[in-house]
Amino acid sequence: MKPGPFDYAVPDTLHEALQLLSGTERDTKVLAGGQSLIPMLNMRLARPELLVDITRIPELGRLAVGDDGALRIGASVRQTAVADDPVVREGWPLLTTAITQIGHPQIRNRGTVCGSLVHHDPAAELPAAALALDARFTVAGPGGTRTVEAADFFLSTFATDVEPDEIVTEVVVPPQPAGTGWAFQELIHRRGDFAGVGVAVLLRRTGERVGAARIVFFGVGSTPVRVPAAEQALIGSGFDAEATVAATRAALDPQGDVHAGAEWRREGAEVLLRRALAEAWERTA
Amino acid sequence: MSTPTAPGLPPLSEPTAWHTISLTVNGEPVTAQVESRLLLSDFLRTRLGLTGTHTGCEHGVCGACTVLLDDAPVRTCLTLAVQAAGAELRTVEGLTQDGRPLTPVQRAFHEQHGMQCGFCTPGYVMTCTALTERACRPDDDTVADELSGHLCRCTGYQNIRAAVRQALDERYGQQEETS
Repeated sequence: MKPGPFDYAVPDTLHEALQLLSGTERDTKVLAGGQSLIPMLNMRLARPELLVDITRIPELGRLAVGDDGALRIGASVRQTAVADDPVVREGWPLLTTAITQIGHPQIRNRGTVCGSLVHHDPAAELPAAALALDARFTVAGPGGTRTVEAADFFLSTFATDVEPDEIVTEVVVPPQPAGTGWAFQELIHRRGDFAGVGVAVLLRRTGERVGAARIVFFGVGSTPVRVPAAEQALIGSGFDAEATVAATRAALDPQGDVHAGAEWRREGAEVLLRRALAEAWERTA
Repeated sequence: MSTPTAPGLPPLSEPTAWHTISLTVNGEPVTAQVESRLLLSDFLRTRLGLTGTHTGCEHGVCGACTVLLDDAPVRTCLTLAVQAAGAELRTVEGLTQDGRPLTPVQRAFHEQHGMQCGFCTPGYVMTCTALTERACRPDDDTVADELSGHLCRCTGYQNIRAAVRQALDERYGQQEETS
């Protein structure tokens, strides 16, 4: 349970960091909080030759709301800093709740929001939250900077749209319309574990009907899974939870693994969805 | 923040397998040459002889290796020693000295018998110490969440909870029994 040997560098600027990543055949990894990477190093599931620590690059440490009202979370911002921020709690409560369900406080004190997103364990909370909230990623590379929408970012288990010579510098979360109801729930065997299954729900009300809906599951596939059919069933019916559950049942195909069986996940998804719809609806205004 | 360096040695911004780090451990300045791959838990135990920080699972599950890094409880098995450059660390050894009184947290664990074999105790004590350093008393959910980051294989959880409650009562004043 000790990492194999590697070189380590902690550059002061993004430019230096990108230089360390580019033009090399060496297996290089970006290190931020390390709460996903270091367990993999300890178990030697990862054997990089060089770690580039980005936590001392001042511009990556910013947590701020931009002129457009979007929340911008820099790559080295720790999960605890985001979860404890009153502005985030007020404007993006789904994000706050998602973060407080990650691991344990001792993990969140080191772990970064962007790091968890780039690592992309499909049973993790933040990828589902990012997809539900229509987040976008700023990705810096040798050729400049590009933007990737959350819907395109998560490719497969532990795989995201980031090249080895690129660094995600921030995640940008658009402002939520006033009156949006939300819920973020997961089923878990022990507090702090990865979720067996979880769901993020965002709802907007038009009179007594659902005007807009977003339903995203996690722990049911190799990426977070948005279920447009369930969203449409909810909107079309006004608020028919059972029609929404039925549409979800038809859409999801969870697999079993050491953490939970396929049937457990399927039933859990339905139970969570009923609870989350009721909770989110209650919170609409 | 600029990268900490020691005079005459390559800066941390150079990609090498060995680095010189300077940090503060229990109030004392420490400078050491470390391999990049050295875990902070092993640095504390094998290089500084601070074996009060225990290593259990070494992949972030058990919480035995928890110390305070810039006042926040963290897993030293999930932190590289080089990442702690410039940081202020507190370990269980730094809470008090031989012949001096125990801290209120240590005393609470002693009086409530918040330990059995004692292996997990330093981690709990450090997390609990941070809980007593907040601006106001953390609520029961927060306390439960913080304690969930530690495993006691003797399952001595009830006494640990009693110890934490005593320490919080002493620090923030009595609280009505809620559970």
